[in-house]
Amino acid sequence: MRALLIRHVQVFFYSLGQLWRTPWGSLMSVAVIAVSLTLPTALYLVLELTDEISGNWQTGAEITLFLTDEVDDKAAVQLADRLRQQPGIRSVSYVSAAAALEEFRQKSGFGVALDLLDQNPLPSLLRLQPDPDQAAPTQINQLIEQFQALAEVDTAEFDHAWVQRLHAMVAIGQRLALIASLLLGVGVVLIIGNTIRLAIFNRRDEIEISKLIGATDAFIRRPFLYSGLQQGALGGLLALVLVYASLGLLAPVADRLAGFYQSGFTLQIMGWVELLLLPIIGGALGLFGAWLAVGRHLRDIEPG
Amino acid sequence: MIRFSEVYKRYPGGGEALKNVGFRLAPGEMSFLTGHSGAGKSTLLKLITAIERPTRGQVWIGGENISKIKSRKVPFLRRRIGVIFQDHKLLYDRTVFDNVALPLVVAGLNHGEVRRRVRAALDKVGLLKKERVYPVALSGGEQQRVGIARAVAGKPPLLLADEPTGNLDPALSLEIMNLFAEFNRVGVAVLIASHDLELIQRLGYRQMVLDHGELVAGGEPL
Ligand SMILES: Nc1ncnc2c1ncn2[C@@H]1O[C@H](COP(=O)(O)OP(=O)(O)OP(=O)(O)O)[C@@H](O)[C@H]1O
Ligand SMILES: [Mg+2]
Repeated sequence: MRALLIRHVQVFFYSLGQLWRTPWGSLMSVAVIAVSLTLPTALYLVLELTDEISGNWQTGAEITLFLTDEVDDKAAVQLADRLRQQPGIRSVSYVSAAAALEEFRQKSGFGVALDLLDQNPLPSLLRLQPDPDQAAPTQINQLIEQFQALAEVDTAEFDHAWVQRLHAMVAIGQRLALIASLLLGVGVVLIIGNTIRLAIFNRRDEIEISKLIGATDAFIRRPFLYSGLQQGALGGLLALVLVYASLGLLAPVADRLAGFYQSGFTLQIMGWVELLLLPIIGGALGLFGAWLAVGRHLRDIEPG
Repeated sequence: MIRFSEVYKRYPGGGEALKNVGFRLAPGEMSFLTGHSGAGKSTLLKLITAIERPTRGQVWIGGENISKIKSRKVPFLRRRIGVIFQDHKLLYDRTVFDNVALPLVVAGLNHGEVRRRVRAALDKVGLLKKERVYPVALSGGEQQRVGIARAVAGKPPLLLADEPTGNLDPALSLEIMNLFAEFNRVGVAVLIASHDLELIQRLGYRQMVLDHGELVAGGEPL
């Protein structure tokens, strides 16, 4: 048991040494793997960020309820009181038709034109701030539907419909990132499979002689599997550096965005678990690629 | 040590390379295998190391029937046999020491034991001073001695050699054959395929003669 462990450690360092002895070939495949892993990771992080920003906008958003003509001031205030009790609503304010007209007059500069009208064309309305914890797109939609059904309400509007569209696009983007990850993962497996295939053919003589003098398949396989594992893990490590570098470039822009929207988010860099995830995924893909190549090509080399 | 019984070997798409071959080689016995080119000498040796399987008949090595040996068991059979090749089959990117160490590393011996045995084997073939050298820097005869050291390093009870002196001049050939005779004196069974009839006559060991795949002389132990 101990002897086996020692041999594994020996082979591990031997394979690492092989990588070191053929730096260009190894560097190329490690770099290709790194790029393949960086792309989906960066995409994923950007989407994550977009989602977070849009979430922040959403919390600043309002729902506006335009009331029907039949609702007088008293009824409107009662409705406002009632809605205030409802979970998911943080605040409700009432704007009477007259106040709405006044507000419009001031903001629009159409004061003179409005004076010509003998009747106030604007409805009275309620402004609602949803609770930020319960402002997911589906929850907002539920609220809107519910308000729309009220007799006093003519129309209910969420003034950031495009945020929801953005949400939908982020979801599509995440799906695309997933597909890209899968494809690039297959790419990594193929790259390492090919590198290992070449290594096997370069060491044909050694493999044949080893078989002739009694090496087991496991013994011959081992250095190639380690080599795949190491190339994949190193690629993952390099990908980590690349992701960090690109996030560093992104950070000032993200900070500006955060400033615009007075929202409290910061650029979340991955935590420890995620840090380890890239080399682990790289290593696993590398091992798998090597395993495929070894299974496919070691059998072809038989002494004869 | 070796027993063949009614062994036939037909290569796919080829003629019969061995026909009804039967013989024994006792433990500690040394013998030569001769015959014209294409007679089947290499084929016979390949059956012993399970590089090829017999089409018919039985092959026993050290009491184990290997005619239908499982691939998984082949490495362990080969560890009990030291093989020497005409073209040496050395690794040219490894030192003499590492070449000789290869079968021991493959068998999982620990570091100290590997060192000790490689030194002992190199000492026997007279190449102890060259352990740090790469094989390209050696003469043909020296390379063949490295091959022999590798074959005997694991102390196998049986040595096989296919044309071990094929590329060497007569003096060197004699030297190599004497080396085999030395290992035989300490109890190792040796089977050598060779063309070099003159040298074989001079050494005076048992001779087995193959002719178009048939064993025509020397089939029974003396
Ligand atoms: N892999 C193979 N496939 C098909 N035929 C083969 C194969 N190996 C050997 N043969 C044939 O089997 C016969 C015996 O070959 P073998 O190599 O055993 O002869 P040999 O006695 O070793 O000859 P040489 O002295 O030239 O080395 C020959 O006719 C050869 O053509
Ligand atoms: Mg031959």
